[in-house]
Amino acid sequence: MSNDGCGAPAQSATPADLDTQGQVVVAGKVTGGDGPVGGAYVRLLNGDGEFAGEVQASAEGDFRFYAAPGSWTVRALHKSGNGEASVTAEGPGLHQVAISVA
Amino acid sequence: MSREDVLVTTQWAEENLNTPGVVFAEVDEDTTAYDGGHIRGAVKIDWKTELQDPVRRDFVDKAGFEALLAEKGIAADDLVILYGGNNNWFAAYAYWYFKLYGHDKVKLLDGGRKKWELDGRELSTDEVKRERASYTAKEPDTSIRAFRDEVVAAIGNKNLVDVRSPDEFSGKLLAPAHLPQESAQRAGHIPTALNVPWAKTANEDGTFKSTEELKELYAEEGLDTSKPTIAYCRIGERSSHTWFALHELIGLPDVKNYDGSWTEYGSLVGVPIETGAKK
Repeated sequence: MSNDGCGAPAQSATPADLDTQGQVVVAGKVTGGDGPVGGAYVRLLNGDGEFAGEVQASAEGDFRFYAAPGSWTVRALHKSGNGEASVTAEGPGLHQVAISVA
Repeated sequence: MSREDVLVTTQWAEENLNTPGVVFAEVDEDTTAYDGGHIRGAVKIDWKTELQDPVRRDFVDKAGFEALLAEKGIAADDLVILYGGNNNWFAAYAYWYFKLYGHDKVKLLDGGRKKWELDGRELSTDEVKRERASYTAKEPDTSIRAFRDEVVAAIGNKNLVDVRSPDEFSGKLLAPAHLPQESAQRAGHIPTALNVPWAKTANEDGTFKSTEELKELYAEEGLDTSKPTIAYCRIGERSSHTWFALHELIGLPDVKNYDGSWTEYGSLVGVPIETGAKK
């Protein structure tokens, strides 16, 4: 993946057996009452509530962040509503988290 | 300068989609969002392929800027409304860039693409073709652009504002958290820099905080407004967003954007670097 820019790359589903190559990956799906919600803006906030990054979820609601060990909150904004969830990443690997918006 | 001189609301934008002399332009590093749906009539500007020199690490030059705007169908007296994804980072960069080349009639769509989408406003996939214009730019105004030697000389003399996230500032992360953390550069920040993340200047819907809130923020963070200020981030687009907040909204007279930013500074040999959280 290119690291030239700073913009958020297009999002895609993260396989459960993803080789994170030593990175701390926080990934998941945004859902609503009728299943996956596409195109929500998903923000990663650190343990102090400070903004660390934002991506736009894929059409299937998928998002992925490259974080560091610690406690994180993921918060989704969508025209149909907002929602958030917490995740604690002890170390490298895939940390899955689901967000439901209403 | 008032807020209305530099920002338009999504409501204003929707009401002025067909106003003669107003051109909307979506600016992004990745233009697939534009291709999937954009504000009706908006042209697209690709930050990477159209605003950067393809070989050297620099802007396109004056002739290149003139050719680009002519091809986009933007005339020097058009009012250009810039917007984009990533909380308007690249649109803010383009705004700064338009100002640098002397295009004064330019405003940002407050909240950018995110606010437009969260409002549930219409996106169009119609191809946009504007007639070629003739465009003459001015010589670059380097009073708003900082270069590396000036940044090193600013340590202890001018305000340096590092607008990256606290974890990038401390050296815990080397890039924003939506990107893989591979990087060849040293981590950390420029000594004496304040860490005021760009995100503190924006609401979660992507709109800028009120000018009063912005003034309070920088006062709390200890920015000495009697001194010149240089803002930096990793590649210069998030710091364009802060340059906009400081120079265009608060109205500080001497603010520069250091577009070389951390990818340049963190690779310079022999310059001072600090790590650790802000004090």
